[in-house]
Amino acid sequence: MSDLPRADVRLNERGHRCPMPVVSVARAAKAAPPGTVIAVTCTDPGAASDIPAWCEMRGVDYLGSHTEADGAISYLVRTR
Amino acid sequence: MTGPHPPPGFLDSASGQPLNPAALEAWQVAAEAGWADPVRLYREGRRAALLADSAREAVGARIGARPDEVHLVADGCLPALLRGWLAHSPGRVVCSAVEHSSVLGVADAAPLGASIIGVDRVGRIDGMAYDAALPGASIAIIQSANHEVGTRQPVEEIARACSAVGVPLLVDAGVTIGREAVPEGWSMLVGRAATWGGPPGVALVAIRRHLHAPPFDLPRAGLPAALAAARGLEWADDHRDADALRARILTDRIRASLAARVPDIALLGDEDRVGYLTALSCLFVDGEALVLGLDRAGYAISSGSSCVSDLRRPSHVLMAMGALTQGNVRVSLPFGVSDETIEGFVETFPRVIADVRAMLDVDDLTTKVTDE
Repeated sequence: MSDLPRADVRLNERGHRCPMPVVSVARAAKAAPPGTVIAVTCTDPGAASDIPAWCEMRGVDYLGSHTEADGAISYLVRTR
Repeated sequence: MTGPHPPPGFLDSASGQPLNPAALEAWQVAAEAGWADPVRLYREGRRAALLADSAREAVGARIGARPDEVHLVADGCLPALLRGWLAHSPGRVVCSAVEHSSVLGVADAAPLGASIIGVDRVGRIDGMAYDAALPGASIAIIQSANHEVGTRQPVEEIARACSAVGVPLLVDAGVTIGREAVPEGWSMLVGRAATWGGPPGVALVAIRRHLHAPPFDLPRAGLPAALAAARGLEWADDHRDADALRARILTDRIRASLAARVPDIALLGDEDRVGYLTALSCLFVDGEALVLGLDRAGYAISSGSSCVSDLRRPSHVLMAMGALTQGNVRVSLPFGVSDETIEGFVETFPRVIADVRAMLDVDDLTTKVTDE
């Protein structure tokens, strides 16, 4: 999707099961300055619910998702 | 007759619970007096047939149905019922996105497809979208309350909408029968005896005569199971008001206590929920480790997290709600649960969560809460 911004940080969580993708994006978000766009690419089906839910619990902006060529899904978030 | 005494720490009645005293007694009676084939014309057969009739009568009286509308069958026959209806009356199915997965499976394969209506963050259907999908449908299906988060659905409003456009309504009351009043307005009603402390593996199917439904080929429950289910329902129905009041207080206490003491948890479902069942999810928690950790500490609960399911997929209910699926816990109180079990659970849970999070080394990511 072209209307999603470019990621400053990319995390590859392919093959990692819940809750690891959320742990990984939370750790990256903690280390990043406000306004950082993080893309986390997951194969875990729970991420579709858990990444937006984590954003809401933590006050992080959820920007959206897109499917990669290999079928994995990338979720984009922006730190505040 | 004293109530059932579930094992200490047992908090998964939505999956099964000890038989209540009336169910247990009826099982014994029917095993002794009702072993014969009820279609035979000799005395033993007639006696078995009489017992089977009395079971249907007892259930009918409690759910507001005529005895000939009531069937006591093997559990898990909801897909067969639905397929039977669609074979007789091919057409579109209307249901919610949080129905049992077996219902969604049949709905997806319905001849003219399915209108699967989404739910909000607490799991309640979009009533306007549901009503709008009704005209021309073959059947509408709705749970009285959800099996994973307990949220009630506006069944009686849906029933009025169905009636206005002449679409039969199948109410899946698997979570509520015997623990809450049966909602009005159903055309078909299904429930599970385990919910009311009847024997496992038995289901109730009631079909209104005015539907002129075809005879469905549903496997009948054996007589001891059917009679135990019927007497068990009477017992539960007589005790359900007191049970529901107490269970609601106890699940409210669990929610309030854990919200105050466990960092980063999401309470799931709505205030308008079935009183004995509640659910929550915990950030940075592996659901399987949580279930096993609680089991080691003496507490039996179920989970909708992906790592706990056979298919390694998170619960479709939690996904439809957009809820956190990791570290998911469903607590469902059996009849006769003790105060000690609840107190022990709220004491133990924060410690187990802390242990599971320590294994993942996420202390630095977790919100700090000040201990009371």
